[in-house]
Amino acid sequence: MAVTLFLPTVLARLADSGTLKSEGDTVGQVVENIAGRYPDLAPRLRDEKGDPYAFVTFYLNDEDIRFTGSFKSPVKDGDELTIVPAIAGG
Amino acid sequence: MSTTASAAAELSNEEIFRYSRHLILPEVGLEGQRKLKRARVLLVGVGGLGSPAALYLAAAGVGTLGLVDFDVVDATNLQRQILHGTSTIGKRKLDSARERIEDLNPNVKVEAHETPLTSRNALEIIRTYDLVVDGTDNFQTRYLVNDACVLLGKPNVYGSIYRFEGQASVFATADGPCYRCLFREPPPPGLVPSCAEGGVLGVLPGIIGTIQTTEALKLILGIGESLAGRLLLVDALRMNFRTLNLRKDPQCPACGTHEITELIDYEEFCGVRQAAAADAAAQSGVPEITPKQLAARIARGDDFDLIDVREPHEWDIARLPGARLIPLATVIEALPTLDSARDIIVHCKVGARSAKAVQQLQASGFKKVWNLAGGITRWSDEVDPSLPKY
Repeated sequence: MAVTLFLPTVLARLADSGTLKSEGDTVGQVVENIAGRYPDLAPRLRDEKGDPYAFVTFYLNDEDIRFTGSFKSPVKDGDELTIVPAIAGG
Repeated sequence: MSTTASAAAELSNEEIFRYSRHLILPEVGLEGQRKLKRARVLLVGVGGLGSPAALYLAAAGVGTLGLVDFDVVDATNLQRQILHGTSTIGKRKLDSARERIEDLNPNVKVEAHETPLTSRNALEIIRTYDLVVDGTDNFQTRYLVNDACVLLGKPNVYGSIYRFEGQASVFATADGPCYRCLFREPPPPGLVPSCAEGGVLGVLPGIIGTIQTTEALKLILGIGESLAGRLLLVDALRMNFRTLNLRKDPQCPACGTHEITELIDYEEFCGVRQAAAADAAAQSGVPEITPKQLAARIARGDDFDLIDVREPHEWDIARLPGARLIPLATVIEALPTLDSARDIIVHCKVGARSAKAVQQLQASGFKKVWNLAGGITRWSDEVDPSLPKY
Protein backbone atom coordinates (compact mmCIF):
# COMPACT_ATOMS: atom_id res chain seq x y z
CA MET A 1 0.00 0.00 0.00
CA ALA A 2 1.33 3.45 -0.91
CA VAL A 3 1.16 5.89 1.98
CA THR A 4 2.22 9.54 2.22
CA LEU A 5 4.12 10.46 5.37
CA PHE A 6 4.21 14.04 6.70
CA LEU A 7 7.14 15.06 8.89
CA PRO A 8 7.37 18.26 10.96
CA THR A 9 10.35 20.53 10.18
CA VAL A 10 12.20 19.31 13.26
CA LEU A 11 12.37 15.84 11.66
CA ALA A 12 12.25 16.78 7.96
CA ARG A 13 15.88 17.93 8.09
CA LEU A 14 16.83 14.29 8.79
CA ALA A 15 15.15 13.21 5.51
CA ASP A 16 15.08 14.67 2.00
CA SER A 17 11.79 16.45 2.55
CA GLY A 18 8.84 16.89 4.88
CA THR A 19 6.63 14.80 2.61
CA LEU A 20 7.74 11.22 1.94
CA LYS A 21 6.23 8.30 0.06
CA SER A 22 6.35 4.92 1.74
CA GLU A 23 4.97 1.40 1.42
CA GLY A 24 3.60 -1.25 3.76
CA ASP A 25 0.51 -3.06 4.97
CA THR A 26 0.64 -1.60 8.49
CA VAL A 27 1.77 1.67 10.04
CA GLY A 28 4.74 -0.20 11.52
CA GLN A 29 5.85 -1.42 8.07
CA VAL A 30 5.43 2.06 6.59
CA VAL A 31 7.60 3.47 9.40
CA GLU A 32 10.25 0.73 9.02
CA ASN A 33 10.43 1.40 5.27
CA ILE A 34 11.23 5.06 6.00
CA ALA A 35 13.58 4.15 8.87
CA GLY A 36 15.57 1.90 6.50
CA ARG A 37 15.94 4.71 3.95
CA TYR A 38 16.86 7.43 6.48
CA PRO A 39 19.10 6.04 9.23
CA ASP A 40 19.40 9.44 10.99
CA LEU A 41 15.61 9.77 11.12
CA ALA A 42 15.02 6.19 12.28
CA PRO A 43 15.80 6.63 16.01
CA ARG A 44 13.50 9.68 16.13
CA LEU A 45 10.52 7.67 14.84
CA ARG A 46 10.61 4.58 17.05
CA ASP A 47 12.67 3.06 19.85
CA GLU A 48 15.34 0.35 19.54
CA LYS A 49 12.69 -2.36 19.71
CA GLY A 50 10.76 -0.74 16.87
CA ASP A 51 7.95 0.48 19.16
CA PRO A 52 6.52 4.02 19.13
CA TYR A 53 7.68 6.56 21.74
CA ALA A 54 5.32 8.13 24.27
CA PHE A 55 6.36 11.59 23.04
CA VAL A 56 5.82 11.11 19.29
CA THR A 57 2.21 10.66 18.20
CA PHE A 58 1.30 9.09 14.85
CA TYR A 59 -1.90 10.06 13.10
CA LEU A 60 -3.26 7.81 10.35
CA ASN A 61 -5.39 10.28 8.42
CA ASP A 62 -7.12 12.11 11.31
CA GLU A 63 -6.90 9.39 13.98
CA ASP A 64 -4.31 8.71 16.67
CA ILE A 65 -3.01 5.17 15.95
CA ARG A 66 -2.84 4.32 19.66
CA PHE A 67 -6.60 3.88 19.49
CA THR A 68 -6.57 1.82 16.28
CA GLY A 69 -3.88 -0.80 16.99
CA SER A 70 -0.69 1.27 17.19
CA PHE A 71 1.98 0.15 14.69
CA LYS A 72 -0.20 -2.85 13.79
CA SER A 73 -2.90 -0.54 12.38
CA PRO A 74 -3.59 -1.55 8.76
CA VAL A 75 -3.12 1.07 6.04
CA LYS A 76 -4.86 1.58 2.70
CA ASP A 77 -3.58 2.97 -0.57
CA GLY A 78 -3.59 6.77 -0.38
CA ASP A 79 -3.58 6.96 3.43
CA GLU A 80 -1.73 9.82 5.09
CA LEU A 81 0.47 9.34 8.12
CA THR A 82 1.25 12.50 10.10
CA ILE A 83 3.95 12.53 12.74
CA VAL A 84 3.41 14.87 15.67
CA PRO A 85 6.32 15.16 18.08
CA ALA A 86 6.08 16.90 21.44
CA ILE A 87 7.39 20.48 21.27
CA ALA A 88 7.51 22.86 24.19
CA GLY A 89 8.46 26.31 22.89
CA GLY A 90 6.46 29.28 24.05
CA MET B 1 -36.32 47.15 31.00
CA SER B 2 -35.17 46.64 34.58
CA THR B 3 -33.18 43.51 33.60
CA THR B 4 -31.39 45.36 30.85
CA ALA B 5 -30.74 48.30 33.11
CA SER B 6 -29.23 46.20 35.91
CA ALA B 7 -27.18 44.19 33.43
CA ALA B 8 -25.85 47.36 31.87
CA ALA B 9 -25.08 48.74 35.29
CA GLU B 10 -22.11 46.45 35.57
CA LEU B 11 -20.41 48.11 32.64
CA SER B 12 -19.66 51.80 32.81
CA ASN B 13 -20.58 54.06 29.91
CA GLU B 14 -16.91 54.20 29.03
CA GLU B 15 -16.81 50.40 28.88
CA ILE B 16 -19.99 50.17 26.81
CA PHE B 17 -18.48 52.58 24.29
CA ARG B 18 -15.08 50.81 24.35
CA TYR B 19 -16.60 47.37 23.75
CA SER B 20 -19.20 48.52 21.21
CA ARG B 21 -17.90 46.18 18.47
CA HIS B 22 -18.43 43.28 20.86
CA LEU B 23 -21.79 44.49 22.10
CA ILE B 24 -23.25 44.61 18.61
CA LEU B 25 -22.21 40.97 18.01
CA PRO B 26 -25.25 38.92 19.01
CA GLU B 27 -22.94 36.09 20.11
CA VAL B 28 -21.30 38.39 22.66
CA GLY B 29 -23.71 41.23 23.45
CA LEU B 30 -24.09 42.81 26.85
CA GLU B 31 -24.36 39.50 28.69
CA GLY B 32 -21.22 38.15 27.01
CA GLN B 33 -19.28 41.30 27.79
CA ARG B 34 -20.33 41.01 31.43
CA LYS B 35 -19.08 37.39 31.41
CA LEU B 36 -15.75 38.63 30.11
CA LYS B 37 -15.60 41.25 32.84
CA ARG B 38 -16.33 38.66 35.53
CA ALA B 39 -13.78 36.21 34.08
CA ARG B 40 -10.46 35.42 35.74
CA VAL B 41 -7.81 34.09 33.34
CA LEU B 42 -4.32 32.93 34.33
CA LEU B 43 -1.47 33.28 31.84
CA VAL B 44 1.44 31.02 32.70
CA GLY B 45 4.35 32.76 31.02
CA VAL B 46 4.22 36.24 29.45
CA GLY B 47 6.71 35.57 26.66
CA GLY B 48 6.01 34.69 23.03
CA LEU B 49 2.60 33.05 23.46
CA GLY B 50 1.65 35.06 26.54
CA SER B 51 2.25 38.40 24.79
CA PRO B 52 -0.59 38.30 22.26
CA ALA B 53 -2.76 36.47 24.78
CA ALA B 54 -2.33 39.19 27.40
CA LEU B 55 -2.91 41.98 24.88
CA TYR B 56 -6.05 40.52 23.28
CA LEU B 57 -7.57 39.27 26.55
CA ALA B 58 -7.05 42.73 28.04
CA ALA B 59 -8.41 44.45 24.94
CA ALA B 60 -11.45 42.14 24.98
CA GLY B 61 -12.26 43.24 28.52
CA VAL B 62 -11.42 40.14 30.55
CA GLY B 63 -11.82 41.49 34.09
CA THR B 64 -8.88 39.85 35.82
CA LEU B 65 -5.64 38.65 34.26
CA GLY B 66 -3.29 36.64 36.44
CA LEU B 67 0.28 36.58 35.14
CA VAL B 68 2.93 34.07 36.22
CA ASP B 69 6.51 34.86 35.23
CA PHE B 70 9.83 35.55 36.93
CA ASP B 71 11.89 36.65 33.95
CA VAL B 72 13.34 40.03 32.97
CA VAL B 73 12.83 41.63 29.54
CA ASP B 74 15.83 41.00 27.30
CA ALA B 75 16.51 42.53 23.86
CA THR B 76 16.34 39.07 22.24
CA ASN B 77 12.71 38.78 23.46
CA LEU B 78 11.49 41.71 21.38
CA GLN B 79 11.59 39.90 18.02
CA ARG B 80 8.36 38.15 19.13
CA GLN B 81 7.25 39.20 22.64
CA ILE B 82 5.14 42.18 21.58
CA LEU B 83 3.85 42.84 25.09
CA HIS B 84 7.26 44.27 25.97
CA GLY B 85 9.26 47.06 24.37
CA THR B 86 12.68 48.63 24.04
CA SER B 87 11.84 50.97 26.93
CA THR B 88 11.23 48.01 29.26
CA ILE B 89 14.47 46.09 28.56
CA GLY B 90 15.93 45.11 31.93
CA LYS B 91 12.60 45.44 33.75
CA ARG B 92 10.71 42.53 35.26
CA LYS B 93 8.36 41.10 32.63
CA LEU B 94 5.46 41.36 35.07
CA ASP B 95 6.05 45.12 35.50
CA SER B 96 6.46 45.59 31.76
CA ALA B 97 3.25 43.59 31.17
CA ARG B 98 1.30 45.52 33.78
CA GLU B 99 2.29 48.88 32.27
CA ARG B 100 1.25 47.84 28.79
CA ILE B 101 -2.02 46.21 29.89
CA GLU B 102 -3.01 49.19 32.04
CA ASP B 103 -2.33 51.49 29.11
CA LEU B 104 -4.36 49.29 26.77
CA ASN B 105 -7.30 48.84 29.12
CA PRO B 106 -7.34 50.33 32.63
CA ASN B 107 -10.50 48.34 33.41
CA VAL B 108 -8.46 45.14 33.64
CA LYS B 109 -7.17 44.06 37.03
CA VAL B 110 -3.68 42.54 36.77
CA GLU B 111 -2.63 40.01 39.40
CA ALA B 112 1.14 39.43 39.24
CA HIS B 113 2.64 36.17 40.49
CA GLU B 114 6.40 36.67 40.30
CA THR B 115 7.47 33.09 40.81
CA PRO B 116 8.16 29.98 38.80
CA LEU B 117 5.06 27.77 38.80
CA THR B 118 5.97 24.77 40.97
CA SER B 119 4.33 21.69 42.45
CA ARG B 120 4.14 23.60 45.73
CA ASN B 121 2.31 26.70 44.48
CA ALA B 122 0.48 25.63 41.29
CA LEU B 123 -2.80 24.44 42.84
CA GLU B 124 -3.03 27.46 45.10
CA ILE B 125 -2.40 29.90 42.23
CA ILE B 126 -4.55 28.21 39.57
CA ARG B 127 -7.46 27.48 41.95
CA THR B 128 -8.76 31.06 41.92
CA TYR B 129 -8.94 31.35 38.12
CA ASP B 130 -11.55 30.14 35.62
CA LEU B 131 -9.07 28.91 33.03
CA VAL B 132 -5.38 28.79 32.22
CA VAL B 133 -3.51 29.81 29.07
CA ASP B 134 -0.32 27.76 28.85
CA GLY B 135 2.45 29.91 27.41
CA THR B 136 5.36 28.13 29.04
CA ASP B 137 8.54 27.11 27.26
CA ASN B 138 9.51 23.77 28.80
CA PHE B 139 8.08 20.29 29.24
CA GLN B 140 8.19 20.17 33.03
CA THR B 141 5.94 23.23 33.41
CA ARG B 142 3.59 21.97 30.68
CA TYR B 143 3.02 18.69 32.54
CA LEU B 144 2.68 20.62 35.80
CA VAL B 145 0.06 22.98 34.31
CA ASN B 146 -1.78 20.02 32.79
CA ASP B 147 -1.93 17.94 35.95
CA ALA B 148 -2.92 20.93 38.10
CA CYS B 149 -5.71 21.82 35.66
CA VAL B 150 -6.98 18.21 35.59
CA LEU B 151 -6.94 18.01 39.40
CA LEU B 152 -8.78 21.34 39.72
CA GLY B 153 -11.11 20.85 36.74
CA LYS B 154 -9.92 24.04 35.01
CA PRO B 155 -9.63 24.20 31.21
CA ASN B 156 -6.03 24.41 29.97
CA VAL B 157 -5.72 26.34 26.72
CA TYR B 158 -2.61 24.86 25.17
CA GLY B 159 -0.21 26.25 22.60
CA SER B 160 3.32 25.28 21.70
CA ILE B 161 5.75 26.46 19.03
CA TYR B 162 8.99 25.47 17.35
CA ARG B 163 10.69 27.24 14.43
CA PHE B 164 7.83 27.54 11.88
CA GLU B 165 5.30 25.17 13.42
CA GLY B 166 2.80 25.28 16.21
CA GLN B 167 0.24 23.18 18.04
CA ALA B 168 -2.89 24.29 19.87
CA SER B 169 -5.70 22.58 21.73
CA VAL B 170 -7.92 22.86 24.79
CA PHE B 171 -7.23 20.31 27.49
CA ALA B 172 -8.88 19.29 30.74
CA THR B 173 -12.45 20.30 29.97
CA ALA B 174 -15.16 18.25 31.69
CA ASP B 175 -15.18 15.38 29.17
CA GLY B 176 -12.18 16.22 27.01
CA PRO B 177 -8.66 14.80 26.80
CA CYS B 178 -5.62 16.30 28.52
CA TYR B 179 -2.00 16.90 27.49
CA ARG B 180 -1.00 13.46 28.75
CA CYS B 181 -3.61 11.88 26.44
CA LEU B 182 -1.62 13.40 23.55
CA PHE B 183 1.89 12.85 24.90
CA ARG B 184 2.00 10.32 27.73
CA GLU B 185 5.63 11.15 28.54
CA PRO B 186 8.06 13.96 27.69
CA PRO B 187 11.01 13.39 25.35
CA PRO B 188 14.37 12.92 27.04
CA PRO B 189 16.08 16.26 27.77
CA GLY B 190 18.14 17.56 24.87
CA LEU B 191 16.26 15.65 22.16
CA VAL B 192 13.93 18.52 21.28
CA PRO B 193 15.76 21.86 21.04
CA SER B 194 14.17 24.88 22.72
CA CYS B 195 13.35 28.07 20.78
CA ALA B 196 16.53 29.57 22.29
CA GLU B 197 18.52 26.76 20.68
CA GLY B 198 16.51 26.09 17.52
CA GLY B 199 15.07 29.53 16.76
CA VAL B 200 11.48 30.55 16.10
CA LEU B 201 9.86 32.79 13.50
CA GLY B 202 8.85 35.87 15.49
CA VAL B 203 5.27 35.99 14.26
CA LEU B 204 4.60 32.30 14.99
CA PRO B 205 3.78 32.83 18.69
CA GLY B 206 1.51 35.62 17.44
CA ILE B 207 -0.45 33.09 15.36
CA ILE B 208 -0.61 30.40 18.03
CA GLY B 209 -1.08 32.82 20.95
CA THR B 210 -4.05 34.49 19.23
CA ILE B 211 -5.57 31.07 18.54
CA GLN B 212 -5.23 30.25 22.25
CA THR B 213 -6.82 33.60 23.08
CA THR B 214 -9.71 32.93 20.70
CA GLU B 215 -10.31 29.60 22.44
CA ALA B 216 -10.13 31.24 25.88
CA LEU B 217 -12.69 33.89 24.87
CA LYS B 218 -15.02 31.23 23.39
CA LEU B 219 -14.82 29.20 26.61
CA ILE B 220 -15.66 32.25 28.71
CA LEU B 221 -18.52 33.26 26.41
CA GLY B 222 -19.77 29.69 26.00
CA ILE B 223 -19.98 30.02 22.22
CA GLY B 224 -18.83 28.04 19.19
CA GLU B 225 -16.98 24.74 19.14
CA SER B 226 -13.82 24.64 21.15
CA LEU B 227 -10.60 22.86 20.18
CA ALA B 228 -11.21 20.40 23.03
CA GLY B 229 -10.90 16.94 21.47
CA ARG B 230 -8.96 18.29 18.50
CA LEU B 231 -5.32 19.14 17.94
CA LEU B 232 -4.61 22.05 15.61
CA LEU B 233 -1.31 21.84 13.73
CA VAL B 234 -0.05 25.02 12.08
CA ASP B 235 2.73 25.00 9.51
CA ALA B 236 3.61 28.60 8.73
CA LEU B 237 6.00 27.74 5.89
CA ARG B 238 3.36 25.85 3.92
CA MET B 239 0.64 27.99 5.53
CA ASN B 240 -1.22 24.83 6.30
CA PHE B 241 -3.72 24.50 9.15
CA ARG B 242 -4.90 21.02 10.03
CA THR B 243 -6.97 19.60 12.88
CA LEU B 244 -6.60 16.01 14.06
CA ASN B 245 -8.91 14.14 16.39
CA LEU B 246 -7.71 13.97 19.95
CA ARG B 247 -9.23 11.29 22.12
CA LYS B 248 -9.45 11.00 25.85
CA ASP B 249 -7.19 8.08 26.74
CA PRO B 250 -8.89 5.76 29.26
CA GLN B 251 -5.39 4.74 30.42
CA CYS B 252 -4.25 8.36 30.94
CA PRO B 253 -2.85 8.53 34.48
CA ALA B 254 -4.14 12.10 34.91
CA CYS B 255 -7.65 12.25 33.43
CA GLY B 256 -8.33 8.55 32.69
CA THR B 257 -7.40 6.32 35.62
CA HIS B 258 -6.89 9.33 37.94
CA GLU B 259 -3.88 7.62 39.50
CA ILE B 260 -2.25 11.06 39.67
CA THR B 261 -3.94 12.42 42.77
CA GLU B 262 -1.40 15.10 43.62
CA LEU B 263 1.31 17.08 41.84
CA ILE B 264 4.60 15.25 41.41
CA ASP B 265 8.25 16.25 40.93
CA TYR B 266 8.16 17.38 37.28
CA GLU B 267 11.90 17.94 36.96
CA GLU B 268 12.36 14.31 37.96
CA PHE B 269 9.53 13.19 35.64
CA CYS B 270 11.09 15.05 32.70
CA GLY B 271 14.58 13.81 33.55
CA VAL B 272 15.88 17.37 33.82
CA ARG B 273 17.81 16.92 37.05
CA GLN B 274 19.32 13.59 35.99
CA ALA B 275 20.39 15.11 32.64
CA ALA B 276 22.00 18.11 34.34
CA ALA B 277 23.94 15.81 36.68
CA ALA B 278 25.03 13.62 33.75
CA ASP B 279 26.15 16.70 31.77
CA ALA B 280 28.11 18.02 34.75
CA ALA B 281 29.78 14.64 35.26
CA ALA B 282 30.64 14.32 31.57
CA GLN B 283 31.99 17.87 31.34
CA SER B 284 34.09 17.52 34.49
CA GLY B 285 36.68 15.63 32.42
CA VAL B 286 36.86 18.32 29.74
CA PRO B 287 39.91 20.62 30.04
CA GLU B 288 38.95 24.27 29.69
CA ILE B 289 40.60 27.50 28.64
CA THR B 290 39.04 30.89 29.42
CA PRO B 291 38.60 33.58 26.76
CA LYS B 292 41.29 35.73 28.44
CA GLN B 293 43.74 32.82 28.46
CA LEU B 294 42.99 32.19 24.78
CA ALA B 295 43.50 35.88 23.98
CA ALA B 296 46.87 35.73 25.75
CA ARG B 297 47.91 32.67 23.72
CA ILE B 298 46.92 34.44 20.50
CA ALA B 299 48.84 37.59 21.57
CA ARG B 300 51.94 35.47 22.32
CA GLY B 301 51.74 33.95 18.84
CA ASP B 302 51.35 30.40 20.23
CA ASP B 303 50.94 27.64 17.68
CA PHE B 304 47.58 25.86 18.01
CA ASP B 305 44.45 25.01 15.99
CA LEU B 306 41.20 26.80 16.81
CA ILE B 307 38.12 24.79 15.82
CA ASP B 308 34.58 26.23 15.71
CA VAL B 309 31.92 23.47 15.97
CA ARG B 310 28.87 25.68 15.40
CA GLU B 311 26.65 25.62 12.29
CA PRO B 312 27.46 27.58 9.10
CA HIS B 313 24.61 30.08 9.66
CA GLU B 314 26.08 30.88 13.10
CA TRP B 315 29.58 31.21 11.60
CA ASP B 316 28.11 33.88 9.27
CA ILE B 317 26.93 35.94 12.27
CA ALA B 318 30.22 36.07 14.16
CA ARG B 319 33.51 34.15 14.24
CA LEU B 320 36.84 34.21 16.01
CA PRO B 321 39.93 35.19 14.02
CA GLY B 322 41.88 32.18 12.79
CA ALA B 323 39.11 29.68 13.57
CA ARG B 324 38.23 26.79 11.28
CA LEU B 325 34.58 25.69 10.97
CA ILE B 326 33.84 22.00 11.63
CA PRO B 327 30.16 21.64 12.70
CA LEU B 328 29.75 19.23 15.62
CA ALA B 329 27.97 16.60 13.50
CA THR B 330 30.98 16.41 11.16
CA VAL B 331 33.81 16.28 13.73
CA ILE B 332 34.32 12.53 13.38
CA GLU B 333 34.62 12.65 9.59
CA ALA B 334 37.05 15.60 9.89
CA LEU B 335 39.38 13.65 12.22
CA PRO B 336 41.88 12.76 9.44
CA THR B 337 42.37 16.50 8.81
CA LEU B 338 43.33 17.19 12.46
CA ASP B 339 46.82 16.80 13.92
CA SER B 340 46.86 15.20 17.38
CA ALA B 341 50.42 16.44 17.91
CA ARG B 342 49.22 20.06 17.95
CA ASP B 343 47.24 21.88 20.67
CA ILE B 344 43.57 22.07 19.70
CA ILE B 345 41.13 24.59 21.20
CA VAL B 346 37.47 23.99 20.42
CA HIS B 347 34.66 26.48 20.79
CA CYS B 348 30.94 26.99 20.06
CA LYS B 349 28.39 29.61 21.14
CA VAL B 350 28.36 28.99 24.91
CA GLY B 351 30.56 25.93 25.42
CA ALA B 352 28.18 22.94 25.53
CA ARG B 353 28.55 21.64 21.98
CA SER B 354 32.30 22.20 22.03
CA ALA B 355 32.54 20.17 25.27
CA LYS B 356 30.97 17.27 23.36
CA ALA B 357 33.47 17.78 20.52
CA VAL B 358 36.36 17.73 23.02
CA GLN B 359 35.04 14.42 24.39
CA GLN B 360 34.81 12.99 20.86
CA LEU B 361 38.40 14.06 20.17
CA GLN B 362 39.58 12.62 23.50
CA ALA B 363 37.83 9.35 22.69
CA SER B 364 39.70 9.30 19.37
CA GLY B 365 43.05 9.61 21.13
CA PHE B 366 43.61 13.38 21.07
CA LYS B 367 45.29 14.42 24.32
CA LYS B 368 45.97 18.15 23.85
CA VAL B 369 42.40 19.45 23.51
CA TRP B 370 40.74 22.31 25.38
CA ASN B 371 37.20 23.69 25.46
CA LEU B 372 36.73 27.48 25.31
CA ALA B 373 34.68 28.14 28.46
CA GLY B 374 31.55 30.15 27.70
CA GLY B 375 32.16 30.06 23.94
CA ILE B 376 32.22 33.13 21.72
CA THR B 377 29.45 34.67 23.84
CA ARG B 378 31.88 34.94 26.78
CA TRP B 379 34.65 35.97 24.35
CA SER B 380 32.43 38.90 23.34
CA ASP B 381 31.80 39.77 27.02
CA GLU B 382 35.40 39.54 28.19
CA VAL B 383 37.72 40.07 25.23
CA ASP B 384 36.12 41.66 22.18
CA PRO B 385 32.76 43.42 22.70
CA SER B 386 32.71 44.34 18.99
CA LEU B 387 31.86 40.70 18.23
CA PRO B 388 28.05 40.46 17.96
CA LYS B 389 26.22 38.18 20.42
CA TYR B 390 23.15 36.28 19.27
